[in-house]
Amino acid sequence: MTTAKGPDLLAQYEDNWITAMGATFPGQGRTVLRGKDVLNDLGHRRWMEYLVYAAIGRESPELARLIEGLWTLGSSYPDPRLWNNRVAALAGSARSTVTLALAAGTAVSEATLYGLRTSKGAIDFLHRADRKLKAGQSLADVVQGELRKYRAIYGFGRPIVRGDERITPVLQLAKALGYENGHYVQLALKIHDYLKSSRYKYQINMSAIAAALMADHGFSPDDFHRLACLSFVGGMLPCYIDAHDKPEGGFFPLRTSRIDYRGAPERRWGEA
Amino acid sequence: MTETISTKIWHEDPEPDNPFAARTCYCSGFDVYGDLLGRISWMQYLWLLIRLEPPSTQQVRMLEALAVGIANPGPREPSVHAAMSAGAGGSTRASALMAALAVGAGNLGGARDVFAAMQSWAACGTDLEAWRERLRNPPVEERTDVWPDFEHSPGFDPNGATCPTPVRQLLNCLTALDEGPVLGWLGTSREALESEAEAPLAFSGVAAAALHALGFTPEQGEMLYLLLRLPGAAAHALEQEMNWAKFPFFGTGLTLTDDPGPTPPSTVP
Repeated sequence: MTTAKGPDLLAQYEDNWITAMGATFPGQGRTVLRGKDVLNDLGHRRWMEYLVYAAIGRESPELARLIEGLWTLGSSYPDPRLWNNRVAALAGSARSTVTLALAAGTAVSEATLYGLRTSKGAIDFLHRADRKLKAGQSLADVVQGELRKYRAIYGFGRPIVRGDERITPVLQLAKALGYENGHYVQLALKIHDYLKSSRYKYQINMSAIAAALMADHGFSPDDFHRLACLSFVGGMLPCYIDAHDKPEGGFFPLRTSRIDYRGAPERRWGEA
Repeated sequence: MTETISTKIWHEDPEPDNPFAARTCYCSGFDVYGDLLGRISWMQYLWLLIRLEPPSTQQVRMLEALAVGIANPGPREPSVHAAMSAGAGGSTRASALMAALAVGAGNLGGARDVFAAMQSWAACGTDLEAWRERLRNPPVEERTDVWPDFEHSPGFDPNGATCPTPVRQLLNCLTALDEGPVLGWLGTSREALESEAEAPLAFSGVAAAALHALGFTPEQGEMLYLLLRLPGAAAHALEQEMNWAKFPFFGTGLTLTDDPGPTPPSTVP
């Protein structure tokens, strides 16, 4: 079916979705995901195990536990000042629905300065760095080359503060699960050591350590992106609830003097 | 020190009795409710908000024509289909527009298509050879991004046959309104570009050209395309509200290739 192009391709797909991913059979009381029965098999497992199986087709309670831990330790901070959480809190304060709040906050989490772009960027960098090292480049060349080209390295450095307090507990979790000595975890820590002692002073952040742990499981950037896309909701939900339970409009209201205007002077339309 | 919002767009004077309520609102220096309201069109205001300067009459006419041209992609188009899917099930109205935005943001005919095509305009202008080279060898980013990689030439429809009549009608209309060379050049070069892209020009390609001709950046163009395609999504979502019984479910359209069949219940751990 893949050789057709244009309208012929569309005609082949018309009312015709052939899939190995999943479906429900309403009349039979059955639902299937990736070849397994949901009600009689997958449905009895932990939700994170189901999600991991849905995303990458891998059955692994240990991996699910690791991802659960990464979400809990790494991306569920319930602080409404954080930009994605703030969206959820504003939704609560403005009396929108909880689902709209979490959906919008989740969409906002595909950010450049934090969140999913940094996570995906971090695993991408680790993969590229590893290839360059294997091709004979030095660690210093790889890191400096990345900084020269992009002025930053995803997964290293952090807005607002320098260190990342999540690294130690995440490494403890990884150790408890036997994942702390993986190739990419060691590479990430080597890059951290180099940067920390260099003039750049960047330190490893949560994105890079999570990315390294996922890379050690053989995951691609897309795999990691898909496995992490809901990872912030645990922090957003309390932010929404808190703002919803306080007076409406009460979340960080701004008086008019809080606008620092830097634009054109006062003028009238039609008068040049 | 008090933290503030820094902006070139907006400032306000407070009401005497409430520092949290504006008495006067200024958009790029113009008194919105004392001067602009009732005097300028929505399209002029939209331009002012993005560009911070008033548009010329011709610029507004062109932006307005584009806005009409893309306001409703129609109920078969994926972003509108997404909004209708919200409506059919009785979802919140905000979710209908969020659905339209999420789907209509994408590489295939969506706002990201417009963004990428506008980058091509910025790089190639009206140089046919530069376009040919870029279509043959599109720029490759070393780093991966949250956006999927492009699978077609931005601004062209990989599932098209020839350039559809409404796309050409929009292009012709905008060409007549364009004071610069961009749209006219696209009209005369369209077939050469389509041949190189191996796909016909799409609405997103025309929109990208028009927004480039009007002087918008790719970022501004992406945002405007998201915004200006919402009216159709809103109307179709409203029309389909709770209309699930008459909305396609594709009931016989799915074939599962790895169905294990009925399985015995497992023991609940």
